[in-house]
Amino acid sequence: MTADTMHSEYHQDTAFQPRANRLGLWFFIMSECFLFGAFLSARYFTTGTFRPEELNQKLALAITIVLLASSISAYLAEASMAHNERKRFALWTTVTIGMAGIFLIGVAIELYEATLHYPPGTPYGSAYFMLIGLHAFHVITGMVGLFIVLFLGMRGRFGSDNYWGVEGVVKYWHFVDLAWVLIYPTLYLF
Amino acid sequence: MKYVARGLVLAVTGYLSGVALTVIINGNGATDELAVIAGYVLALIGWLAGVGGIEAFGRQWIGKTPKVSESQGWKRYFEFSIDHKVIGIQYGVTLISVLLIGGLSAMIMRIELASPGMGVVDLDDFNKIVSMHGILMVAVAVAGVIGAFGNYVIPIQIGAADMAFPRLNALAYWLLPPVAVGLLGAPFLGAFNAGWTSYAPLSVTNDSGQILFNLAIITFGLVSILGALNILVTVITMRAPGMTWGRLPIFTWAGFATSLLAFTVTQFFAAALVLVTMDRVAGTAFFSPDVGTGLLYEHIFWFYSHPAVYIMVLPGFGVILELVTTFARKPLFAYKAVVAALLSIVGLSVVVWAHHMFTSGMADFLHGPFMILTEAISIPTGIIFLSIIGTLWQGRLWFRTPLIVAFGWLFNFLIGGITGIFLADVATDIHLHDTYFVVAHFHYTIVGGAIFALLAATFYWFPKITGRMYNETAGRIFGIWVTLAFNATFIPLFWAGMNGMNRRVGDYPAAFEGANKFASVSALILGASFLLFVGNLLYSAIRGPKAGPNPWNARTLEWLVESPPSQHNFHSQPRIVGHPYDYGVEGSIHAHFPDEEPHAEEQREEVTV
Ligand code: HEM
Ligand SMILES: [Cu+2]
Repeated sequence: MTADTMHSEYHQDTAFQPRANRLGLWFFIMSECFLFGAFLSARYFTTGTFRPEELNQKLALAITIVLLASSISAYLAEASMAHNERKRFALWTTVTIGMAGIFLIGVAIELYEATLHYPPGTPYGSAYFMLIGLHAFHVITGMVGLFIVLFLGMRGRFGSDNYWGVEGVVKYWHFVDLAWVLIYPTLYLF
Repeated sequence: MKYVARGLVLAVTGYLSGVALTVIINGNGATDELAVIAGYVLALIGWLAGVGGIEAFGRQWIGKTPKVSESQGWKRYFEFSIDHKVIGIQYGVTLISVLLIGGLSAMIMRIELASPGMGVVDLDDFNKIVSMHGILMVAVAVAGVIGAFGNYVIPIQIGAADMAFPRLNALAYWLLPPVAVGLLGAPFLGAFNAGWTSYAPLSVTNDSGQILFNLAIITFGLVSILGALNILVTVITMRAPGMTWGRLPIFTWAGFATSLLAFTVTQFFAAALVLVTMDRVAGTAFFSPDVGTGLLYEHIFWFYSHPAVYIMVLPGFGVILELVTTFARKPLFAYKAVVAALLSIVGLSVVVWAHHMFTSGMADFLHGPFMILTEAISIPTGIIFLSIIGTLWQGRLWFRTPLIVAFGWLFNFLIGGITGIFLADVATDIHLHDTYFVVAHFHYTIVGGAIFALLAATFYWFPKITGRMYNETAGRIFGIWVTLAFNATFIPLFWAGMNGMNRRVGDYPAAFEGANKFASVSALILGASFLLFVGNLLYSAIRGPKAGPNPWNARTLEWLVESPPSQHNFHSQPRIVGHPYDYGVEGSIHAHFPDEEPHAEEQREEVTV
């Protein structure tokens, strides 16, 4: 059983290696931008700026505000860890996860209403389901990440000198928000 | 092998439970496409966990220290090793095997096409074989040089001990076997017959094998993206002291440029296939003939797949540039211009995609701009050519196998590039599109440009990787054989295409029989040459004479360490003090190792032959 022996040079990768990690994350986010870019341009390509009357604008605005607010709480979680305040970190992370949950519930309602008025078989419906679905998938992965850092943070894995895990997940969360900032007007406003 | 076995068990378990779950939830059969998707995703997760993901990543998520394979010898190639050299060899062996399988499918096609009418396969099977051949070979061309040699050589060339993210590197490799299994397993679900391009709406309505194609290629995209990201971060953050951007070896530059393309545009292929998948299983209608449009697919697909041809060939440029300067014993001609050319190809290649769509019905006013932009790519490509020729010019050429293959490359790619201009020209393309002329063009560029570079690179770095020399006579015979047979196979196809023979057909008018017969016979001779290639390498890897650290008297860092390099590549930190390609320049030094005994250093320095 060879995997039991640790590779001696291994720390390189797991220890706090901020420069490479940060760069890697930024590149990853840039790459993701292209995925969202492909889907956003598909929406404009197939339906221009057409948008059905039945869209639930109020709910959409509400969940947008919740999601944007969750970026603030995520930031506060990261800042708390940077100051070694574990309790506040746990609090703000939980708040962030909670808001993400509210957002997802809102999205589920929107999707349900969509099946009634502009189902996937229509051009706008196709674009709608694809963009919302892609984004919801990212919200879910972000939530999984938040859960993992919450769990690890409570067990004392991070500290003010080593919180890359938190930083990475929070940056990703900001990206998920940013993607929504482009998707929301694309589907609801233009 | 234990971990591979565990991975297989978990993959099968994952597949079965995914299928079972879907069947229970929505009550359809086990070959329902949703069931296949669920099965594939769980199988993929199971496989990754099994081959080592549990130890390398999972342990960290629950707060324990991660572990990876530390075996030595043969075993490590079958384990989750994070050594970039092991991973490079894993890529190389996997992809050369895929190349051989893809080659066999080509043999079947050429046998069928040797005469008009249908012989060994029927029309439907022919379409499926073309599609399989196309995608397997595209995968080899996209990942071959960069996966195998990019991984093996780049960290050493920049003086680093490994990649920036070694675990991620291993993860990316282990995603590759599922790609091969997914593609080769597709015939069990009826295979895919929409070509490697998988144009919609055909790819929405064909057999379920298409679903496996989509899943496998999305996975392959992930391999590309993660690998590229790793190379970028490695080159940016891990260069040895003194390794400025102006001293970066040219192969590393080429790998860097390739990665810039790969980590961004690859998302578009994935996006296109996600949309196809959604049309198939989620009821969306992007490509439906009634409310959607197939043009959408073509745009998204080519936004990846045109740059992809440069993802295939840029590492090849790097290999050939690296080779000619070594074997001409002269400094690389116009190094800076070459770097600028590589980067401008990266930029230009994302704004030319619609040259594949001149006959597709897109807006007419787009034809002109895309024609001009496409032709503009000839400028940087020409600069790279000039650099190669300028380096060879009046050099003292040392005709070893790598250089012979490089000459084959030069001739082939020249033909490929020139015929590309006919295709970029709207007027001629309307006649040539979808004919064998296109087939011949892209074989000259991809086989000629990427696969020949893979072969040349294999000979060039073989002594470094195995520590042993391949058989030179067999190598030279192979180099000449493969070049002649390749040209004999594809030259007649230009003629057939110009005279109107359509591509992707299993049958054709009798007028084209002569050209096709000639191509088929030559193709079999071409295929046979690979027996010599594989035989030579397998035999020499075990029995070949010891090669020593620097059989080519080359100057880049990988040649200044032993063959094969030690676990962390260097025994002490190299310091870079000069340009890597100053062959013949009095007193020039690329790198030295100040912390080692003086005589060890002297031995390394007399490389000005
Ligand atoms: C000066 C350089 C080049 C020009 C101007 C050029 C132009 C073109 C054009 C206009 C087409 C579309 C033909 C058609 O379908 O009607 C084409 C097809 C193609 N080219 Fe090139 N090309 C060049 C270099 C390359 C290189 C370097 C590669 C690969 C390494 C490549 C690979 C391909 C492939 C794969 C296709 C066919 C795709 C398909 O339809 O399946 N080309 N080329
Ligand atoms: Cu192209």
